[in-house]
Amino acid sequence: MDTVTAQRDLAEQRRHPHHHGHVDYERQIDYDLNRHSPSLEELQRIPGWGSDLDKKNRPAVPMERTPPRFIHVTAGQPVQQAQTVEVFCSPERPGITPLFGTAQPPKWLSGSMRRLAYKLPENDLRHWLMLLAADRVNMVEGIVDDLAHGHVPNVLGEMGIRAELRHNPAGLVRKALIATAVVGGILALRNRRRHY
Amino acid sequence: MLATNYRGPYRIRASQKPDPVIEHPGDAIVRVTRACICGSDLHLYHGLVPDTRIGHTFGHEFVGIVEEVGSAVETLKPGDRVLVPFNLFCGSCFFCQRELYSNCHNTNPEATAVGGIYGYSHTTGGYDGGQAEYVRVPMADVGPYKIPEDIVDDDAVLLTDALPTGYQAAEMGDIKQGDTVVVFGAGPVGIFAAKSAWLFGAGRVIVVDHVEYRLDFVRRYARCEIINFREVGDVALHIKKMTDWLGADVCIDAVGCEASGSLAQTITGRWTMLQAGAATALFWAINSVRKAGNVSIVGVYGPTFNAVPIGNALNKGITMRMNQAAVKRHVPHLIEHIRQGHLNPKEIITHRVPLEEVSDAYHIFSSKYDNCIKTVLIPPRAGSARATATSVIH
Repeated sequence: MDTVTAQRDLAEQRRHPHHHGHVDYERQIDYDLNRHSPSLEELQRIPGWGSDLDKKNRPAVPMERTPPRFIHVTAGQPVQQAQTVEVFCSPERPGITPLFGTAQPPKWLSGSMRRLAYKLPENDLRHWLMLLAADRVNMVEGIVDDLAHGHVPNVLGEMGIRAELRHNPAGLVRKALIATAVVGGILALRNRRRHY
Repeated sequence: MLATNYRGPYRIRASQKPDPVIEHPGDAIVRVTRACICGSDLHLYHGLVPDTRIGHTFGHEFVGIVEEVGSAVETLKPGDRVLVPFNLFCGSCFFCQRELYSNCHNTNPEATAVGGIYGYSHTTGGYDGGQAEYVRVPMADVGPYKIPEDIVDDDAVLLTDALPTGYQAAEMGDIKQGDTVVVFGAGPVGIFAAKSAWLFGAGRVIVVDHVEYRLDFVRRYARCEIINFREVGDVALHIKKMTDWLGADVCIDAVGCEASGSLAQTITGRWTMLQAGAATALFWAINSVRKAGNVSIVGVYGPTFNAVPIGNALNKGITMRMNQAAVKRHVPHLIEHIRQGHLNPKEIITHRVPLEEVSDAYHIFSSKYDNCIKTVLIPPRAGSARATATSVIH
């Protein structure tokens, strides 16, 4: 630091000792932003302000509370649910849990992919990536399944096109134009290749 | 019965499915009268949660009437009006005995890192959810909570997740009197976290988002300051300027994996899925909190990994607390707050939609059209509640 600057800073510190040695203190504070807390009187006009300041009013203090309140506690493990469909189990557990969901049992190719994924522990990144890949395969399977049951899925309806039409018609037109341009471009390119 | 039916990313419809049945002596079947769409349902809807299978029925925020009970159920009977916490929990495992209901070890065979959750993929146990006319409710003596007569269903349905999660977010922040609390996210959970921060004696509450109508709502509803991060340049710098250059005492991440605001996080987290979602809000929370401050996380992230400045967290001596809300431990206390007028959760409901229009309801909520904050789906067999449903497409 050159001598002139050092002398300027020293003089400023002497003029403003309450700045505790911070040079250009005033310029560091943006007074427009530095709004301070409302007064206690103002705060107390907020319904319920401070009513849970006392920790004994806080339901999650302490975080781990034994014994639990508010629940009907039964001794021992819950009765084991009968397994009627294939349910995967994390390798990081000793076995299936007493309770489990039976929605959408695994099937088709996505089911096989999930079966492989559940051979890997949750700690292995491949477990999750395989499940995500299976989800995308399952999406295609869903369309095939719809068609197999004689149901042509209303894909645009499922995506909420009626809401889009009502609440964002300009956006819908823009998206339609972009889609048309992209599809048209691809078709034009294909036709051009055929000419050669 | 009519139920939501997931068909792939951004595709969902309402269609007929078999009615649920009692599969365990502790089960109940509940006729749903209201089911909310939660911000975290959008992670499923956008295809970001692993093992979300085609045909899955979403919905973990619902209330209803008990229709049938299993042979072992002692405390519930048909006709009881119940709110059902989003966590499935047994009440007796190592974690439930410590009131850590969201970490129950007996309800999710598919993963150990998360407990069972209604309608939230097979990663959380493979249970169909409550965006349907009927739903299977396991451990009926433990999970559901009978709704007191003076609590209306519109308040009760928000006690199943959004309000307890916002409240627990504020509680995990360990707010002290006069603290400056910054909440990232002005969705329903962020709104309730801001509102709850005052109950813990905060001196300032600041909410950060970029959706103007939501910021406007939270400013009025929770009497807080707001920041539109699109307008202030660097968020952490702006918050430092607002807090005497120290940083906020407490930062709450109420956004999770679909955050906006950082191109790098969006590309790696949302578009290419190289990380478990965009951790923008958490990144900002760590960099905006003061040294030795508290960061509380309730925003949902995926199971793999995220790019966050953990070195800054270490060097700043931050305390970080996070969990899915243990809903049931909060419910009685929050009911008292509602009775005393401290909290009025139903005011955040903006849309009551017939279940048949679920495709459009999801699209409106996801796209933030029509000033949407909280959407409630009302099934055809919801009884008198059905009369309050309004079409969003006509």
